[in-house]
Amino acid sequence: MILNLKNIFTEIGETTIFAKKFFKEVFIPPYETKEFFKQCYIIGYKSLPLVAITGFIMGLVLTLQSRPTLVKFGAESWLPGMVALSLIREIAPVITALICAGKISSGIGAELGSMKVTEQIDAMEVSAINPYNYLVVTRVLACTLMVPILVFFADAIGIVGGYVGINIHGDVNFYRFLTQIIQSLEFLDLFPATIKTFFFGFVIGMIGCYKGFTASNGTESVGQAANSAVVTASLSIFIIDMVAVQITDLFF
Amino acid sequence: MTEKLHKEPKTKDNDQSPIIEIKDLHKTFGKDNTILKGLNLILNKDENLVVLGKSGSGKSVTIKCIVGLIEPDQGEIKVFGENVLNISKNELNAIRVRIGFLFQSGALYDSMSVRENLSFTLSKHKRDLSADEIEKEVMEALESVGLAEAVDKMPSELSGGMRKRIGLARTLILKPEIILYDEPTTGLDTITSREISELILDIKNKQKTASIIITHDMACAKLTADRIIVLKEGVIHAEGTYEELEKDEDEWVRSFFQ
Ligand SMILES: Nc1ncnc2c1ncn2[C@@H]1O[C@H](COP(=O)(O)OP(=O)(O)O)[C@@H](O)[C@H]1O
Ligand SMILES: [Mg+2]
Repeated sequence: MILNLKNIFTEIGETTIFAKKFFKEVFIPPYETKEFFKQCYIIGYKSLPLVAITGFIMGLVLTLQSRPTLVKFGAESWLPGMVALSLIREIAPVITALICAGKISSGIGAELGSMKVTEQIDAMEVSAINPYNYLVVTRVLACTLMVPILVFFADAIGIVGGYVGINIHGDVNFYRFLTQIIQSLEFLDLFPATIKTFFFGFVIGMIGCYKGFTASNGTESVGQAANSAVVTASLSIFIIDMVAVQITDLFF
Repeated sequence: MTEKLHKEPKTKDNDQSPIIEIKDLHKTFGKDNTILKGLNLILNKDENLVVLGKSGSGKSVTIKCIVGLIEPDQGEIKVFGENVLNISKNELNAIRVRIGFLFQSGALYDSMSVRENLSFTLSKHKRDLSADEIEKEVMEALESVGLAEAVDKMPSELSGGMRKRIGLARTLILKPEIILYDEPTTGLDTITSREISELILDIKNKQKTASIIITHDMACAKLTADRIIVLKEGVIHAEGTYEELEKDEDEWVRSFFQ
């Protein structure tokens, strides 16, 4: 147990050192623009279907689940606003981030892990190409920028899902539905929620890269790298979320 | 044994200073996994140095120390007269470009085609080359290993021998002055092994490179070696030409040649 705890702290320390390098390298040329856009495509565009499906289902289910309670209090008209608020503030960012942890973090962990194990990272290093710059900076940057966009996308699809959910029990005009949502939203609902998604994206990319880069030799460590990337990234997302909510609470 | 350590290298141009000089190299992994215990090694200009030794005796560790992939605990490594252990990253990279490293596995970039494997390395160092010039150099390097037709293949489509050759082509494209081969023929059939060995010799003659060749393949050693060293327990145990070591008084050394 104590050994375990020590391992956890060592791991956190090492990840932090690994991540610190990012802020140094990101400003140093050469800028790997081509690889960066390729990663944006893989991380962002290729995740759209998954995020769309989960976003839609979240909106739909949230509406159906909340409806009976609100009806009991005679507050059914609050339904659109409430669903949108829960989605934008909490559910879409966290669920999307978790989906990305499962898809992107593990993908990066496995990819870089196998590159490490088959000495491809060493090969870059000895041919005087900076593997951190080429592999890590591009992926982390792409994640940090793409995850917030994916979350926006999940927000939008989730709201459509909510509209479908409401329509199961009666006709509501989509325009009226949207007006209700916009009226109930404030700037402060959007702002902190968006900020935290950048952190989610950063952590998803960074943990995937760290686990891949530190994969030990042997093919089974590639699987381990992917697996522990998902676990660590998911846990980190919850912790960041908790901290973000506390901070938001303090200031607003 | 100590006498052998201090023997002068058996090459004709003793007057020239060595291009790689390792002094008293020590490396321990973890707490007590001591691999190198004061290794001394010299690589002369225009020389093919073959390194023999049992699996796990630290042959790969040694050449990884030379290019800065592994940091030794103690000792001195001079490449082209520069001490690579206490220079900046940029200076180290300037030396790395002049050294080719052929990994045991080939270490081709899986996600890139053969062409991209070669052009990636080249374009990172010569950013002002046009696409045509890069293509020309890529084809030249591929032709020098006899695999020009594989240019559009992916690494997963290549056989073991082809992977080694492409790895070599990727190394050659930067026109290195030293090439470090880590078991270039291991895992290949006899005929392919012979082809690779001949390629190593060919490259040395054409490009005037010096090489360290780690191998277990005595046919390869016989063909390529100007000088052979045998690693044992973290130091050089024996040194000489193929013919000398074949008749060494030490039975353990002779056993490599049977
Ligand atoms: N990166 C590393 N981390 C820990 N131990 C290592 C590492 N590289 C090599 N070793 C240890 O060094 C020993 C010798 O490795 P190596 O030089 O690859 O042997 P070989 O002579 O067969 O090439 C290995 O058995 C292993 O115990
Ligand atoms: Mg080895």
